[in-house]
Amino acid sequence: MNEQYEPKIVAFLCKWCASAGADLAGVSRLKYPPNVVPMRVLCSSRIDPQFIMDAFEKGADGVLIGGCHTPNDCHYITGNFKAYKRHLMLQKMLEEAGIESERLRLEWISATEGRKLAQVATEFVEEIQKLGPLKR
Amino acid sequence: MSERVGVFICHCGRNIATTVNVEKLVQETAKHSNVVHSEDYKYMCSEIGQKMVKDAIKSKKLTSVVVAACSPSLHEQTFRKACESAGLNQFKCEMANIREQCSWVHDDQEKATAKASKIIKSTIDKVRDNAPLNPIMVGVKKKCLVIGAGIAGIQAALDLANAGIPVTLVEKSPTIGGRMAQLSETFPTLDCAQCILTPKMAEAAHHPNIQLLTLSEVISINGYVGNFHAKIRAKPSYVDAKACNLCEDCLEVCPVFTLNEFDKELSLRRAIYIPFPQAVPSSYTIDDSTCLGLNPLVCGKCVEVCEAKAIYPDMPERIIEDDFGAIIVATGYEAYPKEKIGEYGYGLLEDVVDSLQFERILSSTGPTGGEIRRPSDGKPVEKIAFIQCAGSRDKNYLDYCSKVCCMYTAKHAILFKHRVPQGEAYVFYIDVRTPGKGYEEFYQRAQTEHGVVYIKGKPNKVYLNRKGKPVVAAVDLLTDRKIELEADMIVLATGMVPTLGKELVGELKIPLDENGFVQEVHPKLRPVECTSEGIFVCGAIHGPKDISESVAQASATASKAMAILSKDMISHEPIVAEVTEDLCVGCGLCTTACPYGAINIEENKAKITEVLCTGCGACVSTCPSGAMKVKNFADKTFYEMISEATAVSP
Repeated sequence: MNEQYEPKIVAFLCKWCASAGADLAGVSRLKYPPNVVPMRVLCSSRIDPQFIMDAFEKGADGVLIGGCHTPNDCHYITGNFKAYKRHLMLQKMLEEAGIESERLRLEWISATEGRKLAQVATEFVEEIQKLGPLKR
Repeated sequence: MSERVGVFICHCGRNIATTVNVEKLVQETAKHSNVVHSEDYKYMCSEIGQKMVKDAIKSKKLTSVVVAACSPSLHEQTFRKACESAGLNQFKCEMANIREQCSWVHDDQEKATAKASKIIKSTIDKVRDNAPLNPIMVGVKKKCLVIGAGIAGIQAALDLANAGIPVTLVEKSPTIGGRMAQLSETFPTLDCAQCILTPKMAEAAHHPNIQLLTLSEVISINGYVGNFHAKIRAKPSYVDAKACNLCEDCLEVCPVFTLNEFDKELSLRRAIYIPFPQAVPSSYTIDDSTCLGLNPLVCGKCVEVCEAKAIYPDMPERIIEDDFGAIIVATGYEAYPKEKIGEYGYGLLEDVVDSLQFERILSSTGPTGGEIRRPSDGKPVEKIAFIQCAGSRDKNYLDYCSKVCCMYTAKHAILFKHRVPQGEAYVFYIDVRTPGKGYEEFYQRAQTEHGVVYIKGKPNKVYLNRKGKPVVAAVDLLTDRKIELEADMIVLATGMVPTLGKELVGELKIPLDENGFVQEVHPKLRPVECTSEGIFVCGAIHGPKDISESVAQASATASKAMAILSKDMISHEPIVAEVTEDLCVGCGLCTTACPYGAINIEENKAKITEVLCTGCGACVSTCPSGAMKVKNFADKTFYEMISEATAVSP
């Protein structure tokens, strides 16, 4: 075992807000750990609960969902609310499956919040490091 | 036929290559299934780089292309066009973002390379699954909505109208003209603001292609580029603008006095009023928040004396609905409230005015008819002090620089010396910023020709002395001396704050920056486009700027809007939902998930109206039977991508 455990984190980022925020973090050269692998989706409401379970099954230690701020920022009007409801449900499902619900994190990150994205990514990696690898 | 994928990895000069081992990526991706070609180049987006992609498509018979470079928001279109020109469908080209979301945010080369590899491989999996798609063609509503009728909105509306495009120009206040109508003269030419603005206002009011809606607000916007649907609430003015002949009979009988917002509370007006004599529409209007007579039992004096019979206390509110192909946002700014600045008296000292109030004092139609007098006792002003950056570049108030204050303060000082040649004018500044054509010369003239005294130092306090005069306390940073300067009047050069309501932002779906100004797609290359296609931004709502910049930007939005509105058909992204009818059970859950009403249940099966669908995928993750799919974003694709993202790095 390495002295520093490197968690695997999958980040589903919506195209309009969170992924654009990640782009801004890049433009602003804000550093965060490279453990977070981004995946661009059109809308956070597209993220099927199965995707999350699949990611955990395949070895992810944490999953981050980035969407647009509630209530009004969503490019698709109400997609962020759908993601929010699903997140609540998923947290319960994860606990039942013996996975700490903290391993799934939902954040609203706007296209202008590069700083927030970098901060969330950094914090999340630290948190998962504290939790340790997901026991399978 | 099996897929033949080509991978093209960009160094972006040193931007990617410094943190990511490009050579290693070329070798690794070449081993990935279906990849038949993998190469790198210093600048993939250059003519030579694009040619490399096109040549490989032809020579290696590529069926899919992955360009690993910057964010797709920057160059996706560039590479998709290159692919199309080489005969490959544009949707068979995807970008892997290894710059903004990888090389720029990491330092460790080994880890960044491993992450870049995962990003590229998951993009290869995606593009392999992509189907070649053709754009869906939809008609365009050849009409433009312009929100805000200050100088920017007026200019944009006129440019469009002169090009033959019908425009609906919506303004919240009773007159168009915006902040510029309140100004006295403009820098650096000292043109009178009214003289250059009012002809444009009149032209906008009488233009056959412009529908002018004052006292109106946009309350909802639906749809998409080419086909927006807007609802506008037009509040009643209670006066028929066509019938009103501006005789002033109503003014004399109106018993209500209230503060005049056009003069920035420096004068009084009646409940029935015209904001300023050259207002457009040229008519009186009743302010229903103060008028007594909307209940005719209480007052109604103006109705009795109006010989033109122009006043209707029962004029109803109207809701106007219309379709537009493009939208221009030009809602402008307000001066930062001086009431918030504690060290300069919280706005409680009468002879401490803000810059817009001073504009009104200088204006010949203002409260003093253009004579410079103290608001407290009306006495002439002999000695005046200007405080620049009042509430600007200050962590406690506005962090940013409002760009115009240095110039308008130089103008204020010059105009003061024009009116009061023997008077003394002092300007307190942190820095003087004069980037603009003729601006530096103008500022120099204030000092050399007009003897305005510039003192470097940010005043820490403004207070009243025993004589009742305001005093500026500061330190002169060049001589290191403490200064207490007594003046007859003090002008605070306050900054610009954006005026765009939360509700409207929500309807427009456009992001704001941390200061509340509208965020553009790209500050240099797409400076007037909002992230929602078909919506453009100009004027001070985009960021602090002066009149010349606002006008130039307004014309830019008009030309961008024309590019949409001059077409009969525009293409709609074909990334839309589709139904596998055999799996659909007609439960209708998707119809409730769809925010656009794009799905209907017909004969027990979901049917999609493609032009309304935006491909968000809310229906897909709701569908319990797996019948819904968004083209090129299938569940299967996501599972493959997740496998790559979670794979153990070699």
